[in-house]
Amino acid sequence: MRIKQTPSQTIGPFFHYGLNPLEANYPHTQITGSCLVSPKIEGERIRLTGRVFDGKGVVVEDALVEIWQANAAGRYRHPGDTRVDRALDHDFSGFGRCGTGMHEGCHFSFYTIKPGSGQVGHAPFISVTLFMRGLLNHVYTRVYFDDEVAANAADPVFSSVDEERQSTILAKRRDSREGVEYVFDIHMQGDQETVFFNL
Amino acid sequence: MSKMSRRSWASNPSYIDERYKSTILRGPSKSLVTIDPELAELTGPAFGAEVIGPLDHDLTRNGQVNGEPIGERIVVTGRVLDVHGNAIPSTLVEVWQANAAGRYVHKNDQHNAPLDPNFLGAGRCRTDAEGRYRFYTIRPGAYPWGNHYNAWRPNHIHFSLFGPTIATRLVTQMYFPGDPLLAFDPIFESVPEAARSSLVSDFSLDVTEEGFALGYVFDIVLRGFASTPMEVD
Repeated sequence: MRIKQTPSQTIGPFFHYGLNPLEANYPHTQITGSCLVSPKIEGERIRLTGRVFDGKGVVVEDALVEIWQANAAGRYRHPGDTRVDRALDHDFSGFGRCGTGMHEGCHFSFYTIKPGSGQVGHAPFISVTLFMRGLLNHVYTRVYFDDEVAANAADPVFSSVDEERQSTILAKRRDSREGVEYVFDIHMQGDQETVFFNL
Repeated sequence: MSKMSRRSWASNPSYIDERYKSTILRGPSKSLVTIDPELAELTGPAFGAEVIGPLDHDLTRNGQVNGEPIGERIVVTGRVLDVHGNAIPSTLVEVWQANAAGRYVHKNDQHNAPLDPNFLGAGRCRTDAEGRYRFYTIRPGAYPWGNHYNAWRPNHIHFSLFGPTIATRLVTQMYFPGDPLLAFDPIFESVPEAARSSLVSDFSLDVTEEGFALGYVFDIVLRGFASTPMEVD
């Protein structure tokens, strides 16, 4: 038997009080936020920041960015990842949410750790799911790291992307007194249009 | 690992639909790059009962300050299934909506309709072992939006679902049967015609609670793992 998928619809402009209410100061609890780090978690602390741009280069002020990633050992916290040789980190969920309109310059900003490589021969990366008004189906992309040149070149997905578009899924490392930041801007259209995956 | 069914483009809208103006600059213009989902996409967040508060499923009560919210009380329930008809148990369902007057609590909503001090309009619950969810709420009102002259959104409730992996993620909207605005709404009409009716809930006298609330049923179908290799697409 096979039944039809329920169609997607836009998240609309007014999702904050339902999905990330604390970030937007609404009186409701939330299931996750933009900080995935707590003191006991293993791994290199990083900030993942960026902006979302529309086809005219205008910054998008009402997008929702979700991230999903492995822990420092490359293990996903999920029943489908049963690899006992990679340690689970019980305080690390691997999932975060951040809206773009709540912060200066409409940046999203996650405080997380750099993931380990999730599978042998794969580069480390963070999965991104993006929603916004005017986007009828969410899009998927991946954040690879620009200081992982050799691992990226060997990664089966990264290396399968046309070379001239690979830079659109590379986060740029910036070191400052605040620590390590990776900048990942997302372009919905145009010459710099981010690679979005049909998966 | 078993194969995940693909996102069905026969059921889903196109990214760019000129009738819905915001899509013109926000939908991707290049083709998506097709990949086989890997472990990263065949896993995803799992939320336990600890993320659900005692009134999170009851929007008629979770925003109360000094009385009952205004409007017609409704029960919205249904099953979350995969494309093979298997129930998806213990998965998070999040909802948000306008109040009975068609006004969102959201600070950016400038529609000149009253806020209800006793209604927030946001809730969440987890499906049970049969994949069933259940919310109590107030029937949302229609509201105008700036897409075109005299544009009004039909009554709707926003739904967000995870399913077992990030590949099964879905954000959608539930509509109400017989709403005359559906025929004029470019967001609803963006869905291929054959799939539109699956976004419209059914009125149910069985779900309706005597003396309390009208009942609506809205089943949701997510992607799923193929049981045989033949069923992948």
